[in-house]
Amino acid sequence: MISVHHYLLLSAILFCIGTFGVLTRKNAIVIFMCIEVMLNSVNLTFIALSRHVGNMDGQIFVFFVMTVAAAEAAVGLALMIAFFRNRESIDVDDFNMLKW
Amino acid sequence: MYNNLWLIPFFPLVGSIINGLLGKKIKNEKVIGGLGTLMMFFSFLVACQNFFGLRASEQKVFQESIGSWMSVGNLQIDWGFLLDPLSAVMILVVTGVGTLIHLYSIGYMHGEEGFYRFFSYLNLFACAMLFLVLGNNALVMFIGWEGVGLCSYLLIGYYFEKKSAGDAAKKAFVVNRIGDFGFLCGLLTLFWALGSKGVWTMNFIEIGENAHLLESGGVLITVVTLCFFLGACGKSAQLPLYTWLPDAMEGPTPVSALIHAATMVTAGVYMIGRMNVLFAMAPTTMMTIAFVGAATAIFAASIGFAQNDIKRVLAYSTVSQLGFMFMAMGVGAFTAGIFHLMTHAFFKACLFLGSGSVIHGMHHAYHHAHLDDDPQDMRNMGGLRKFMPITHWTYFISCLAIAGMPFFSGFFSKDEILWWTFASTRGSYVVYGIGAIAACMTAFYMFRSLFMTFYGEQKTDARAKDHIPESGLTITIPLMVLAGLATVGGLIGIPHAIDIFHVGNLFHDWLAPVFSQAQQLNVIEAHGSASVEIALMILSVLIGLAGIAGAFMMYMKNPEAPGKFTAKFPGLHKIVFNKWYVDELYDFLFVNPCKRIGTFLWRGFDVKVVDGVVNGVGWVAKGIGAGLKYTQSGYLHNYAVAMVVGVVVIVGYYVFG
Amino acid sequence: MADHLLSIMTFFPLLGMLFILFIPRDNDGLLKGFTLVVTLITFVISLPLAFNDVFTTSGGMHYKEFSEWINIDGFFQMNYNLGIDGISLWLVMLTTFIMPIAVLSTWKAVDKNTKGFMALLLLLETGMLGAFVSLDLFLFYIFWELMLIPMYFLIGIWGGKNRIYAAVKFFIYTAVGSLLMLVAIIFVYYYALQSGAPINGFGIQEFYMLDLPYNAQYWLFLAFGFSFAIKVPMFPLHTWLPDAHTEAPTAGSVILAAVLLKMGTYGYVRFAMPLFPDAVQTFIPLLATLSVVGIIYGSLVAMMQEDVKKLVAYSSVAHLGFVMLGIFAMNLQGMAGGIIQMINHGVSTGALFLIVGFIYERRHTRMISEFGGLAHKMPIFATIFLIITFSSIGLPGTNGFVGEFLALVGAFESGLRWYAVVATTGVIFAAVYMLWMYQRVMMGKITNPANENLSDLSVREIVVMMPLVLFVFWIGIAPNTFFEKMNPAVEQLLNQMNNNKVAVVEIQQPVVANLLETK
Repeated sequence: MISVHHYLLLSAILFCIGTFGVLTRKNAIVIFMCIEVMLNSVNLTFIALSRHVGNMDGQIFVFFVMTVAAAEAAVGLALMIAFFRNRESIDVDDFNMLKW
Repeated sequence: MYNNLWLIPFFPLVGSIINGLLGKKIKNEKVIGGLGTLMMFFSFLVACQNFFGLRASEQKVFQESIGSWMSVGNLQIDWGFLLDPLSAVMILVVTGVGTLIHLYSIGYMHGEEGFYRFFSYLNLFACAMLFLVLGNNALVMFIGWEGVGLCSYLLIGYYFEKKSAGDAAKKAFVVNRIGDFGFLCGLLTLFWALGSKGVWTMNFIEIGENAHLLESGGVLITVVTLCFFLGACGKSAQLPLYTWLPDAMEGPTPVSALIHAATMVTAGVYMIGRMNVLFAMAPTTMMTIAFVGAATAIFAASIGFAQNDIKRVLAYSTVSQLGFMFMAMGVGAFTAGIFHLMTHAFFKACLFLGSGSVIHGMHHAYHHAHLDDDPQDMRNMGGLRKFMPITHWTYFISCLAIAGMPFFSGFFSKDEILWWTFASTRGSYVVYGIGAIAACMTAFYMFRSLFMTFYGEQKTDARAKDHIPESGLTITIPLMVLAGLATVGGLIGIPHAIDIFHVGNLFHDWLAPVFSQAQQLNVIEAHGSASVEIALMILSVLIGLAGIAGAFMMYMKNPEAPGKFTAKFPGLHKIVFNKWYVDELYDFLFVNPCKRIGTFLWRGFDVKVVDGVVNGVGWVAKGIGAGLKYTQSGYLHNYAVAMVVGVVVIVGYYVFG
Repeated sequence: MADHLLSIMTFFPLLGMLFILFIPRDNDGLLKGFTLVVTLITFVISLPLAFNDVFTTSGGMHYKEFSEWINIDGFFQMNYNLGIDGISLWLVMLTTFIMPIAVLSTWKAVDKNTKGFMALLLLLETGMLGAFVSLDLFLFYIFWELMLIPMYFLIGIWGGKNRIYAAVKFFIYTAVGSLLMLVAIIFVYYYALQSGAPINGFGIQEFYMLDLPYNAQYWLFLAFGFSFAIKVPMFPLHTWLPDAHTEAPTAGSVILAAVLLKMGTYGYVRFAMPLFPDAVQTFIPLLATLSVVGIIYGSLVAMMQEDVKKLVAYSSVAHLGFVMLGIFAMNLQGMAGGIIQMINHGVSTGALFLIVGFIYERRHTRMISEFGGLAHKMPIFATIFLIITFSSIGLPGTNGFVGEFLALVGAFESGLRWYAVVATTGVIFAAVYMLWMYQRVMMGKITNPANENLSDLSVREIVVMMPLVLFVFWIGIAPNTFFEKMNPAVEQLLNQMNNNKVAVVEIQQPVVANLLETK
């Protein structure tokens, strides 16, 4: 029987993978995808717990998260295209103009 | 009585405003000068009317208010005027001498660029002086008190393109301000002291009536009167604040005559007379006044010995004579002090105007010969009596008066002062002795100036010597009138001891309502027999004659004697010639330290300490920012790591903490 | 109209500012003319206040306006609450009176970005008027901060060489104080809310009735007092003033001296002292000492200045010392003297800054050593300058004397006698530094050839100065015009403070912990 623990464990693993990716990868698109993984791991938690406690609030939240993630994808990709046009690279190590 | 006291200062005020605003357009000297003189004359007429009204009246105190000035709680100040015998004498002197000097100025200032400005200032001065003497409360008096200071500033600085004139004007005002500081402190203390007894007033009559609430001879009254005396010192050029008066000679000569001889400088004496009730209650203060007066009299006289500028001699003589008046006030001889004030106004105004006439003539001659020698230096004069007979005779008469020769005005007033210093309950033989010596010195240096100017061989540059004219009528008429007054003016105050015709001491009786009460209450009187009084008189005449004889010996008989004398005592001469280095001493003690402290406070404290702290705070904030800014590397990974670490730390704290 | 007179007066300049936005930016004459008209109309709107005799009979608030603004039930409420009494009346009049003069003074002085300058001036006027008529502490705070911004830009954009430094210094100095005050305001409000006292938003009249414990008062007064002391400015918080004044354009200096500094002293009279009457007693010795030190210090430093404008700025420190001494005397004479001295300072020092502006426009320098002998070329200027100089020195018969004298009388009647004696020496120093400056600038021969061709005052400049000269003599000769409307308000204020005092004040060293406990 797959209990709520399994779901939570899976989502924790996914979250860690995402975090690891964000911290280690240099390609902005990959980092972006890692963030998506993190978001979806959270979504999974929401749904699992929602089901577990029998409250629909969590599932409604997931819709919000997905909407925001979609918007974020649109904005983020647009930024990256703009940046690529400028620098011909999407390596985040080149993204260091926002500093002192 | 008439309700027109306010007209007395009002007329000159109008004259001042008209001349000040429109004078530049009017241009015509006769109109401007005429207007100024006429306004003074009107005011003199009103003063006469009030004087005779007061004489005829039983009541001797009239007050008149034309409105409220400040009304704040228990501080109620009116624009109020007071007519009593004392102020009546003063308004007569001020408007009378004032009119003459205005008239004189028309001739003297002829052709000056700022003619209208001069008359505007002069009228304004008269207005302020009349406020001073007529004010029925200390604050209206203070308007006049500072107002005359202002006008003195303006008139001394009349030739403002000369740096020395500007300096002298500033010095006069600032030193006067030191006195005003004393006046204000005294006034505030008095107001509070009487107020704490339930009487909130600055009105002189009410102060007089309620003075008994204060402890006679107590600390409070001593402090109050000493403060007022400081004010008087500033205005009347007494030690240690006399230094401004000699410098004030930078002003045109009529100014010196009106302001720095006849009226303004006597304001301190008048003020003490006005507050005689308070002063009589403070013996310590009285003694201080007497000694300061005596010290000033002899000190200034000593400087008068060595001056060569004719106006400076007269200036030091004024300081010295003011010392006599303060001696009188200090020993309780209020009447004698005011009497001397009046006679001094006559003969000193005459002397100053006479010197002005001389300077005018010398200036004319030098101008004619295209020389720019100093027209005020007596070493360039001599023998002028041939050229200026009227000036000479009036100057001569006034010298006799100031030297105290019998039956000239100065004789009566000075002898009364000396008699009181000798015989008064508040008197002292020391003061008398100093006074007598100072009188001798006065006679000496006044006749020295007379001989150097009008007698002996003429030392004027040969190219100019025959072009010295006698002055015109506008100048000589005031001279003659004043010389007349200097001759007979004393007869209204014949002392009892020599009153063979039994006319009585008119002046004394006239002022009695003002002074006698305070004198009786505080047991101030001169006691002694008529024979002693007469003996003293003879003595002082002899002293005066000795002074004159000394001057005659040194400056007429042996013209080389003064040179020999200075050669013998070069150090003494140098010190006296340089006025005992008092100005230098003050610069060293007060002026320069103030400047240094000011500079230090500005550059040292303000800029370094306060702004140092302020800017320091700014620098600290900036420095912290400068250090922390390196954490903003701009690399995404750094931020991400920081975030993760932060999350781990916070979660860790809550889970394990 | 009379019901909303204060609102109309306060917001009319703001309306004018909105209109200015539609005037083309290169039309200098129109911009200046329009601003002048707006300020003049504001002055006319405010005139009925000065002629209303209700102030002579009652010392309370008049022309009240009230409406709720922000209300979160039981948590936060602030109201639009205006009113005016005999004290604020004259400060309002001073503001509306000085504004047209300041605008006229810009005629030749401002030529870059006139549009912005005029818009900021008008915004500033709304801020100043609003601060004087607010009866709600929060509303006051809004206006108080509103004044800061235009002045910051006036100095920072149209100022002299070192303008950025001066503007930032001015802003930060004042902002530090205001933030402390904001905390204190909020504290008072929530204290009142929790103690269940009847309050009406941040209405000060209700706050006056609060019985704040002494310890709370102590800290609150410190916060308020600090904020206002910076604005006054009191020694040693004055160093922003010389910089701000020297760098500011003439109009800015005039307004800064005439009105903005009065915010500090007004703040003491209206807020700090009546709100915390017990704490004031503790602080009087300190504050009176600082006032007296300010008088002497300001005078001594002014004496040595080489820049005319800086000299005038330091003389402000000295003059404001008299104001503060009078106020802390806490009696009718002192308070009335202090308040009239505020007006005097506005008139005299405002005029002095205009005068400095005149010569600066002609010679583009303010160094005393550059001048000398100007009286030859500029006789009218010399006369007006002299009158203002003596008014600043405090010659009897001019306005300066009335204020100084009353402040000293007040100080003498209260326990501040020795302070008053020391303060009186200030009259000597005032004469020294003003006359010395006047001598070096106006008297003597013309030594600098650049001064040979100076022109005397133009008609516009004379028109600018005449009202000020008029008031110099008016206040000096007939100050009762002002006192009769001011005294009832001052009396009421003093009564209020006395009644509101806790019966026995135990002066103890307050500790923050106590403060928290009392809550």
